[in-house]
Amino acid sequence: MSGYYFVTMAVLVLIAFLVSRAQAGRLIKGGVGQLHSLPNYHGLFAASAVFVPMLLIYVVGVPLLEKFAQAQALSFFGAETASDALHRGATLRDIHNLVAGQYSGTPSDSLVEAARSMKSTLWWGNALIFGGGVLAALVAIGLSLGRVSVAFRARNHFERLVVLVLMLCAAVAVLTTIGIVFSVLYETIRFFFDPSLKGRPTVTEFLFGTEWNPQAAMRADQGDIKTAYGFIPLLTGTLLITLIAILVAGPLGLFSAVYLSEYATARFRAWAKPILEILAGIPTVVLGFFAALTVAPLIRGWGAYFGLDVASESALAAGLVMGMMIIPFISSLSDDVINAVPQSLRDGAYAMGATKSETIKQVVLPAALPGIVSAFMLAISRAIGETMIVVMAAGLAANLTFNPLEAVTTITVQIKTILVGDQEFDSAKTLAAFALGFVLFFVTLVFNIIALTIVRRYREEYD
Amino acid sequence: MTDITASDAARVRRVDVTSSAAKARIRARYRREARFKLYGLAALSLAAVFVVVLIGDVLSRGLPAFWQYSLVLDVHVDPAAVSSGGKVDEASIRSADFYPLTKAALESMFPGELSRKAQKQLVRLVSTDAAMPLRDELVANPSLVGTTVKTPLILSATSDLYYKGAGTQIESREMRGIATPSGTSGEITVLSSANDFADALVHLKQRIAEQARSLRSEADRLELFAGDTVTARVKALRDEAEKLQQRVDQPKVEEELDNKMPSLLIAIDGGLMKITKLSDVSATGIVLLPLRSTDEAKPGTWQLVTYETPESNRKVTDQDVAFLERFKQLGHVEQSFNWTFLTAGDSREPELAGIRGALVGTALTLVVTLVLCLPIGVMAAIYLEEFAPKGRLTDIIEVNINNLAAVPSIVFGLLGLAVFLNFFGMPRSAPLVGGITLGLLVLPTIIIASRAALKAVPPSIKEAALGVGASHQQAIFHHVLPLAMPGIMTGTIIGMAHALGETAPLLMIGMIAFIVDIPHGFTDAATVLPVQIYLWSDLPEVAFKSKTAAAIIVLLMFLFVMNGAAIWLRKRFERRW
Repeated sequence: MSGYYFVTMAVLVLIAFLVSRAQAGRLIKGGVGQLHSLPNYHGLFAASAVFVPMLLIYVVGVPLLEKFAQAQALSFFGAETASDALHRGATLRDIHNLVAGQYSGTPSDSLVEAARSMKSTLWWGNALIFGGGVLAALVAIGLSLGRVSVAFRARNHFERLVVLVLMLCAAVAVLTTIGIVFSVLYETIRFFFDPSLKGRPTVTEFLFGTEWNPQAAMRADQGDIKTAYGFIPLLTGTLLITLIAILVAGPLGLFSAVYLSEYATARFRAWAKPILEILAGIPTVVLGFFAALTVAPLIRGWGAYFGLDVASESALAAGLVMGMMIIPFISSLSDDVINAVPQSLRDGAYAMGATKSETIKQVVLPAALPGIVSAFMLAISRAIGETMIVVMAAGLAANLTFNPLEAVTTITVQIKTILVGDQEFDSAKTLAAFALGFVLFFVTLVFNIIALTIVRRYREEYD
Repeated sequence: MTDITASDAARVRRVDVTSSAAKARIRARYRREARFKLYGLAALSLAAVFVVVLIGDVLSRGLPAFWQYSLVLDVHVDPAAVSSGGKVDEASIRSADFYPLTKAALESMFPGELSRKAQKQLVRLVSTDAAMPLRDELVANPSLVGTTVKTPLILSATSDLYYKGAGTQIESREMRGIATPSGTSGEITVLSSANDFADALVHLKQRIAEQARSLRSEADRLELFAGDTVTARVKALRDEAEKLQQRVDQPKVEEELDNKMPSLLIAIDGGLMKITKLSDVSATGIVLLPLRSTDEAKPGTWQLVTYETPESNRKVTDQDVAFLERFKQLGHVEQSFNWTFLTAGDSREPELAGIRGALVGTALTLVVTLVLCLPIGVMAAIYLEEFAPKGRLTDIIEVNINNLAAVPSIVFGLLGLAVFLNFFGMPRSAPLVGGITLGLLVLPTIIIASRAALKAVPPSIKEAALGVGASHQQAIFHHVLPLAMPGIMTGTIIGMAHALGETAPLLMIGMIAFIVDIPHGFTDAATVLPVQIYLWSDLPEVAFKSKTAAAIIVLLMFLFVMNGAAIWLRKRFERRW
């Protein structure tokens, strides 16, 4: 059905375009200048007059029809089937299979009836949508042909539509944000306040609990394992790894940026910059592989050499590699802000007899400080939200510790662990992942907004 | 301020720049300067070293996986084995069990009596689907049924790794005496007319002494560094060293060999015996490869063979090594490019696993991403740059896009899960949903890049178009946009490269399932290359680590090509106005 519909639509749009354009073309007698709009615009106007209503009819009609057909088919079964979500889904699947002729086994009478009704409803509905679409298209072609005239401002009408489409595209970004906020917020609110949810914590328990164990006992013989949703161990784990990462990336990134912007020759920059770009372009799953298979055993080996007991999934390994990952963020952003410091400030310092490094330390870096701070904040936000490195190299056990040699877990690791595999949307465990996602989104958002605002102000200051 | 009075001048602190103290200060300042510069250089070098080590590590792990060893044997294709109901056709060949054929071919390599255990181990040297190339050949050419076909058998991952050097070093020493074995199979004793075994025993005791020494020094070192925290470990080490030392101290006493020691074997009369007990005059052991006869072996025709790595430290047993070495000696082992890796889907057996499914899944996903985010991204950029009224609303959209670019990718996965899967009921694990999610993820990147490209086109172009009577839209679409296109394409390629490497959001929407089949459409269950890498890296088999690294090499190559294309585009079309 969809295929036929869209092919028909394409044909009708083309016909509308060609006919309208030809009609407009016939109006030209003494040169194009007589027409307000070029024939092409008359064609485009007619084409969009066909395209928009046909698309609308399809987009609105098909889901409506689906809903209606399902409701009708389900009316052959008892009220309990319609209310129980699981049962309903199974029945609908059966009906669909029967309609498609792929049902295995002997269907019950009511199932056959339901399938027959669904089939006929779908047939009629599809015919209606198709007919409606074609009718709308023909009407649109007729009307737009009637409007083709020397004075008709086809271009202006068409351009108004184009601006509308452009605006809708820009709105997609906003819609994405809204979608993110609502999807995490809705499930988070359910997690804390849905009375039908078993084992949900209070907000205080979540924010200040020191035990994280979303996995409840499944069977009696597993003993008395209780779920616990204490957020603190995840927070400390995330902070620990982020701290290690920043301790690595901060100095390295900043010194790189200073060297590149103040000391390096153009030729050296041409060599060094791509290396940092390569580092920034390496997928995090590759870094995670490196962290888990090379760095972690290395650290463990060194630890064993000095008689230290290092966990095989230590925070140190994950943190070190993550630090390497965010060097390019810090260096490229710092590079930008250092370059934005006006040369007059440097010249002033040189005139006072300062060496280059004194100028950098006492004049350039203080002047660039806001920008550098925001670079660090963006890097921190990136480190908090990074998933693959910690999934592969950090642990699952929620230890409340600040020892970098032990295994810790992070917010992102827990989200991934909970949500990979089958989930039901009515268990506290699944919703806990969304609550974590909300925290993650909120924290990184705050960091980003502050950082971006600082950068903006800073740019304005020196521009 | 030209007329400084004498009293003012007196108050100015005078510094004698020629004094040695001042010179020292200057020197110190220049040293600081040099040190500071060095720090910057060191930071950059460290980053460079990291990149080099990372790529070197991946290459050294992954490159061997692109080659595969196989065992080329003559396999007799018994018509009974590949026919169903007396007929031989493609279906019957495809569904035939090739296990008996491969087993017979393997066993024909070793005339003589093999123990049941050895027989089992022999079959385990090849893959569970070892006859895959033979099956394909038979399907292509059914007339081969009933003949003997020379065909490669796919080796198991462990055997493959053995030939790639993950086995053991083998040393062989000619012996001087005349040796007499007591049998051709089972447990036998070998006697020598010279004092060969006495020498071997002394050699063995030396090795044990060495081991004891290294244990003791390890214990000393631990005590020195870690003090009291590791007393138990130190004590265990010392006890073990003591035990070994006792064995060394009794020079003539016979030694039992265990799997923590290098294995000693005797190659004699075309067979191979593993020594379990070594004394001054004789060696007792188990036959791994049957002997031809119990003939006396002349000096120089029999050898003492040492497998240096202790059996407990390697994946292959002595029996495996004996078989594999024999295959190699007889010239049945061949190395070829591992096409399976590029043409097969995922598998639980490392030697049969390939990345084609993941590559097709990646392609499907990226097509959806591109179709979604290129038009929307460019149009959004045009709107924001050219048509949006300057005001609060546009400001909000701008801030929003900048923030969206910095939202953690896993949050987009949550969005995909909650909205596309749960709310709209789209299929799980499908490239369609993955593509949409990644599309939203890279949309901000493309919008920002496209805006920059549009901004870089000088306003004079637009003004000239407007001046000759073009409408605003005509000026943008006919003149500004084409000039901005190279920049937009560069940004798009970089965005797609970003999407290609992204893993976390796809885990959320279920593109992590174990999928053997190659996906055929946008709604088939599929996985993508980075997720495949993650899945494989999690598996315990050593061979999969190498496959993972090989998949990473493929991924990095794609990224390299894409980024190279972006750089080329930038260089080729970059214009300074």
